[in-house]
Amino acid sequence: MPRVVVDVMPKPEILDPQGKAVLGALPRLGFSGVTDVRQGKRFELEFEGELTDEVLAEVRQMADTLLSNPVIEDFTVSVETPVAAVEAVE
Amino acid sequence: MKVGVVTFPGSLDDVDAQRAVRIGGHEAVALWHGDHDLRGVDAVVLPGGFSYGDYLRCGAISRFSPVMAEVVEAAGRGMPVLGICNGFQILCESHLLPGALIRNDHRKFVCRDQRLRIENVATPWTSSYEQGAEVTIVLKNGEGGFVADAETLDLLEGEGRVVARYLDVNPNGSARDIAGITNERGNVVGLMPHPEHSVEDLTGSGTDGLGFFTSLAAAVLA
Repeated sequence: MPRVVVDVMPKPEILDPQGKAVLGALPRLGFSGVTDVRQGKRFELEFEGELTDEVLAEVRQMADTLLSNPVIEDFTVSVETPVAAVEAVE
Repeated sequence: MKVGVVTFPGSLDDVDAQRAVRIGGHEAVALWHGDHDLRGVDAVVLPGGFSYGDYLRCGAISRFSPVMAEVVEAAGRGMPVLGICNGFQILCESHLLPGALIRNDHRKFVCRDQRLRIENVATPWTSSYEQGAEVTIVLKNGEGGFVADAETLDLLEGEGRVVARYLDVNPNGSARDIAGITNERGNVVGLMPHPEHSVEDLTGSGTDGLGFFTSLAAAVLA
């Protein structure tokens, strides 16, 4: 089954307090070298049948209206082939 | 006047808002998120709380509830709409107001008696205040940081659409200390502090919030 992934991230100019909290926690746990953390959301949408351009256009519409708030967030849409499907082909 | 107060799953302050509406001299009408009509009300309050558990983003799911289609339509006709806290978030998600509300910059939930300056008394929700009035109203939020791009902020300031501004302390990192704004027409107001909790001396910090509910009569009779 084809899967479409929508990644939503806070826009670069928008403060990301959650990312800041994670950034602050890393050195306390002994992890060094991380200079910035931004926290976003990942949506995995499963579809039946073929992923046509129409379906992908619709996913972009979903991302624009519900999954993200364009005032504060950017999104990317990508198609992912599930590992199980790859193994089945092999 | 008949003032509708919408209850969403997860609304907290709907009963307090109804009470404030009555103390303000109006009839409170309970509206439900699944309603397809506004039951003949003259104005609508979207109360505070955590509608739909704040899932996805605060107000993001509520925006698509049946009653909001009616509220958006009525707001377009000029009906007074007040969104308090979560209600403000819903108004932004519905694009009835510009900008968005993000997590407090200090990452903590804040609950305090907040001093504010009322900067726009031309809205139906603020007409009983004096221009520049300094008031104290309860504030409680986790995601109350108002953000918008610089152009939008300049537009809001230039058109006098900042309804209330934080004094003394900026409690949540809001851009330009903005606590509340209105739309171009002036009938839709979003406010992060909770005037419905500041309407009786018995509870809270005083009665400075009452003006948001008494303003309506003056606005409609005018």
